[in-house]
Amino acid sequence: MLTLAVLAPLLASLLLAMVPLGERTSRWTAVSASALALVALIAVWFNGGDGFRAVAEVPWIPSLGIAWRVGVDGMSLALALMSALLFVAATAWPMQLHSARAYYAWMAFLAGVSIGLFVTLDLIVFYVFFDLSLVGMYFLIGRWGHGEAQHAALKFFVYTLAGSLLILIGLIVLALNMPQLTFDMRAIIDSPPLAAAGVGPGLVFLAFVIGFGIKTPVFPVHTWLPPAHVNAPGPASAILAGVLLKMGTYGLIRIPLQMMPETFARWALPLAILGVVSILWGSIVAFAQDNLKRRIAYTSVNHMGYTVLGIAVAGSALGTETARQLALTGAVLEMIAHGLITGALFLIAGAVWQRTEDYHLPNFGGLAGPAPRLTGAATLAAFASLGLPGLAGFVSELHIFLGAFGVYPWLAAIGLLGILITAALFLRMLRQMFFGDLPRERAGFTDLDRTETALLAGMLILVLLIGIWPTWLLSLIDAAALLPAIGTGG
Amino acid sequence: MPIGDLAPELAVLFTAVAILLLAMVLPQDRHGWCAALAAAGLGVAMVLAWGQAGAERLTFSGTFAIDGATTWARLAIPGLTICCVGMAPRWFATDRRHGEFYAILLFSALGAMAIAGAADLMQLTVAMLLSSVTGYVLAAYHRDWAISLEAGMKYFLIGALANALMVIGVVLVMGMAGSSDYGELAGSIPSDPVTVTGLVLVLMALFFKLGAVPGHTWVPDVAEGAPVPAAAFLTVIPKLAGAVALYRVISLVPGLQTLPLLVAVVAAITMTVGNLSALWQDDVRRLLGWSSVSQTGYALMAVAVAGAVPQALPALLAFMTVYGIANVLAFAAIAELRGRTALADFSGLFRTQPYAMGAVTLAFLSFVGIPPLAGFLGKFALFAATLEGGLAWLATIAVANTVLSLFYYLRVIGPAAFDRGEGQAGTLGGTARGTLWAAFALLLIASLAWSPFWSWMPASLIP
Repeated sequence: MLTLAVLAPLLASLLLAMVPLGERTSRWTAVSASALALVALIAVWFNGGDGFRAVAEVPWIPSLGIAWRVGVDGMSLALALMSALLFVAATAWPMQLHSARAYYAWMAFLAGVSIGLFVTLDLIVFYVFFDLSLVGMYFLIGRWGHGEAQHAALKFFVYTLAGSLLILIGLIVLALNMPQLTFDMRAIIDSPPLAAAGVGPGLVFLAFVIGFGIKTPVFPVHTWLPPAHVNAPGPASAILAGVLLKMGTYGLIRIPLQMMPETFARWALPLAILGVVSILWGSIVAFAQDNLKRRIAYTSVNHMGYTVLGIAVAGSALGTETARQLALTGAVLEMIAHGLITGALFLIAGAVWQRTEDYHLPNFGGLAGPAPRLTGAATLAAFASLGLPGLAGFVSELHIFLGAFGVYPWLAAIGLLGILITAALFLRMLRQMFFGDLPRERAGFTDLDRTETALLAGMLILVLLIGIWPTWLLSLIDAAALLPAIGTGG
Repeated sequence: MPIGDLAPELAVLFTAVAILLLAMVLPQDRHGWCAALAAAGLGVAMVLAWGQAGAERLTFSGTFAIDGATTWARLAIPGLTICCVGMAPRWFATDRRHGEFYAILLFSALGAMAIAGAADLMQLTVAMLLSSVTGYVLAAYHRDWAISLEAGMKYFLIGALANALMVIGVVLVMGMAGSSDYGELAGSIPSDPVTVTGLVLVLMALFFKLGAVPGHTWVPDVAEGAPVPAAAFLTVIPKLAGAVALYRVISLVPGLQTLPLLVAVVAAITMTVGNLSALWQDDVRRLLGWSSVSQTGYALMAVAVAGAVPQALPALLAFMTVYGIANVLAFAAIAELRGRTALADFSGLFRTQPYAMGAVTLAFLSFVGIPPLAGFLGKFALFAATLEGGLAWLATIAVANTVLSLFYYLRVIGPAAFDRGEGQAGTLGGTARGTLWAAFALLLIASLAWSPFWSWMPASLIP
């Protein structure tokens, strides 16, 4: 079932690459492939189960302990579901494109790769998908981006490949330290290698933190993100922020936290500090941006900072078990919430670009008049992003800070400042865009069309649902099962 | 004499002689037949080699080893040479000496096969000379073109120096150890300064063959100046052979820690120099040359942990195979594009020449090691061996270099994919295009069927 969810988009991508289909057919092929993946994942969800479920295994290179292994637990299933949903929305998002067939082929390719990354249980397959996501995004940004697209794509690819190679080194060391060479995640999680204190495990941990930190991105290795976002087409930005950034934090939980808990606990405080710095840096720098997309991009740094803080707290081996569980729940929730919210925000930014070819905030104003639906969606998404109670962002940030106060109260208190600044920057953005006088050159601005409205509404209803009644998602994520038995070893 | 043991080598030799005779009697416009004959002869050599697979013995009074590594070389060298032959017919269609090219190519391949199998320092020297002398001719085959001549001349000067050093080294080792036979030398080489100097000199010559620092300077010139089929050949085949020979020499002295360390340092310098020099190249063939230098650097990582890690030899051979296929693929694409080489001419090429450019892209991504291409699996094997051997610093340098290399590969791929091209690009077609597809298929097969390929790799040598 999970293999189907990965293969359907990949096969669709191959089909799109080979067969000369028209633009409409291409779009619907890509959309239905992602939708099929989504349906398969929902089926897995309804089948229920504990721990890793829907497991399947096909040998690939047995002598090296590498195999095509798939299976999901609550966290990865939730992330895969969110990714599939976001891909459906981003692919279906109406665009005026040159070489549309190739665009949809890359979108479908990226969908398969991203879902594959979340559902695989083999470290090498994980790495394969991790790298392939870079290739897909490189071509999407470079070919359909605007402005300095080629330069941004190059920077993105080189920067993140540096991270992924460090991860590869870490993965090999982990596997070599197993009693028998294997890349099976379950085996490594069950008996974490490299438990001893010392320089070696510390360096491996550092490699993972830098590698996943680049992808997340965490201050100070976030500088690839703003140019990549600004120059990418809107839906690609949504995917980049909503799905690709999650690969970093997902990896951080899955690999260092679950596979080397003792080392993680030793280095949790520096990681938490890094998270708080990202929170503050992201929000302050976002506040200073006049470019709509750049501003949203920096809030991603800020939100991923919350996630990193939550993960660091969860792995700290300090405080109560409840606090750590809360923090981890919050971190996973934040990933889902941020995926949906920022995905929606970037799609909105894409809609603005389609109409005006401009991101400069002072050039806007008074859009609430001609475009009430766009205003409504943007307002809801912005409020969710700044953490208004009743929306998804609030639930996740509440969990993270409840947990963080139980473990690192001072850091949590500093981190709260970030929420304040985020609130200010979003409110200012809304005011600049939608209220005040409509500039003359914006006179013909059209509102969202029906498809755009429906797609955004679908995503924002989920944001609302998670905000009001998060229990269903919490029981799916089941953070208690994710948390390794730390404190017993180191 | 067990003459049958050398059947694959003899097949190549006789084919080369037959081509020479055939080229004399055929009219120039029929010289394409020589290509067919060359490919057939190489194919026969591969079949004969396959028949001897699994053998583990020394032959001809211990001067030639028939083991897993030799079998690998006897399949990889003729196999990739066939690809180089495939690029040639239309490339040399108007050349008066078209037919003889294949004879020289086959003599050079023979030299490479002899290098790989050599189990005696004297035999190694002879094989090195055969491979080098023919190599100079191949590099300068466009004798009316100054750049080709320059490439041949540089190759010759550096090669002559390297081979002279090698002879001195062999003399020193023989004089101190009393033998040139690997069987007798294994484990009993004295570690006094004179012998070590001799060994280092031998290594220097092999570094030249491999295109590693300090003998690397010929590679970019040959890649740029030699006829494209010859450039593909010279940047791949001697390296395959040199890698095996180097591994054999290093395995002779398991106790001596300086040699692996020397190889590790050379590996680090080679990959760094290759990548830094490739960064701002505006000539794609030259860029390929430098990238080939850096790939040698990666391969040497496996030699640096030779003996310490059981996976070192399989990793080396697997990586070299994949490198060879990808390099041949890249050069086949350039041959198909009629030798197009200025970086500026590649912009927008994806639109006009999607298949050739797709092949270049695939080859480059394989060089970087983007999964699931075979290049990744090869590099993965190298990293695993290096880390297991405790050379984490070398693996880290290799990682930094890989990131660096992505940058210049993307300098070709990016504009080709993103810019708008104008006009039509000329293509060579015919067997060059066929070779392109064949190399393309080989790379995909190596990626998909990695598991059997990997388990087929020989685990050890017999010296």
